[in-house]
Amino acid sequence: MTGPAEHGVTRAEICVVACAEVWRGDGEVMASPFGTIPAIGARLALRTFAPDLVLTDGEAALIEGAPPLGARLVTRTAAMPYRSVFNVVWSGRRHIMMMASQIDRDGNQNLSAIGDRERPRVQLIGVRGAPGNSVNHPTSYWVPDHSPRSFVAEVDVVCGVGFSRAAAAGPAATRYHDVRRVVSNLGVFDFDTPERVMAVRSVHPGVALDDVMAATGFELVVPADVRTTRLPTPDELALIRDVLDPTGLREREVAS
Amino acid sequence: MPDKRTTVEEIVAELRPGMTVGIGGWGSRRKPMAVVRAICRAGPGDLTVVAYGGPDVGLLCATGRATRVVCSFVTLDSVPLDPHWRAARQQGRVSLTELDEGMFYLGLQAAAWRVPFLPTRAGLGADVLLTNPDLATVRSPYSDGPDAGAELVAMPALHLDVAIVHANRADTSGNAQMLGPDPYFDDLFLGAAARRFVTAEEVVAPGELAEHGPVGTVSLHRLLTDGVAETPMGAHFTSCDPDYGRDEAFQKRYAASAADPEVWSAFRERFVDVDEAGYHAAVAAEREGR
Repeated sequence: MTGPAEHGVTRAEICVVACAEVWRGDGEVMASPFGTIPAIGARLALRTFAPDLVLTDGEAALIEGAPPLGARLVTRTAAMPYRSVFNVVWSGRRHIMMMASQIDRDGNQNLSAIGDRERPRVQLIGVRGAPGNSVNHPTSYWVPDHSPRSFVAEVDVVCGVGFSRAAAAGPAATRYHDVRRVVSNLGVFDFDTPERVMAVRSVHPGVALDDVMAATGFELVVPADVRTTRLPTPDELALIRDVLDPTGLREREVAS
Repeated sequence: MPDKRTTVEEIVAELRPGMTVGIGGWGSRRKPMAVVRAICRAGPGDLTVVAYGGPDVGLLCATGRATRVVCSFVTLDSVPLDPHWRAARQQGRVSLTELDEGMFYLGLQAAAWRVPFLPTRAGLGADVLLTNPDLATVRSPYSDGPDAGAELVAMPALHLDVAIVHANRADTSGNAQMLGPDPYFDDLFLGAAARRFVTAEEVVAPGELAEHGPVGTVSLHRLLTDGVAETPMGAHFTSCDPDYGRDEAFQKRYAASAADPEVWSAFRERFVDVDEAGYHAAVAAEREGR
């Protein structure tokens, strides 16, 4: 499961492309990536196949284009204070890629706490905007450490809402509910199954399907023909290495 | 025109045990830390704190002033998790009313508009509805269109006894100027509260704020405020752009002080159980390695 993938491409670089792919075909929406590799991925998508995406400076403005990670000089094109973010969220013109401390078969996500509600074993950052995001606009997840502790049978706190929970909450919850994809350090997953439960979409090069199953705390739907996650094109690789992340921050999030 | 000048001590003197206190800013950004420090030092306990949480929440939990927190998250931004908040939760010292960020916004807005609730999709299907048994849903009374009869979350008004926010500059009548990139939800904290206080880096005479920037930067007006206190470096160690950025080194020091009771006790003695002047002197000494 470790070691560089084919052609000297690292696992982190494959993950960048897999994350970029979640925004393909989205048109003019706000891309909100959380985590280093999704941040590179959204920039890569914007510079290649999804040129109409809009990124923020991570503070209170929309920016022009897709500057390198950590760039000090960015061109701010419009104000986007937190209150305006809700106007975007509730209008649906956004595709977020959140991280998940836990994610389950139904697509429920947890970033709040592990363990007992009154006295959690591990207090995490909190529910943040996950409930509202997941029932208002396309939502994908990034899990850099795929294991039975992150891919769990049932999350401890439902923050981002999965398919069963949305259905149980009624048509107002399902109308714009659109959990698209989960990318981990091992593979890519979606919910394009009749029961809307998590299925293997592709396995990263150098990863065996058995390893993915062993690292998952529930039964994944496995299609008859499991694909391999595509490699970056030479142009994409050059953008990642030379322009977007020249200091290699991606390798710190996912080791090869 | 009223003169609303007051002091941090007078603001804290209005607090009573059991009160609900709203604190402006966001994460580790533009927090009214001078008032937070004063509450930690000499304020009442059993407070419910309502905030887009940062080190304000961490400190009020670490000093035992807060027993309940209403929030969506607690973060120090550059340090993702506040270890003081985590310790308080993991030791069962503080209870949590957890809301989606948008629900939180609508709760303040509802209180400021004097309506009992505002409808939203945010929260539908999520555990925030299960863990807050007071939260109810509401059915749309309209029978047209795709949302006919839709069942939505009825986010109740978040009423505050007291709200405190920090501004770059204020005038003596209670108008306040925000020169940073984001006004956050400070006007709504004030609008949702019975008693409303602004602290500011500088307090000037009425009419002078317009000399320091376009009138659009004076985003808090005097109909929203009961008292104004001048607190230079009053947001330290959180950011107060453009006057100063976050003191990252000191924030690391704060985060590290949660390591064990002895380290916390030393930090508390040096930086918490001192008055505001003593605090800034201790921070300066720390910076110079003394």
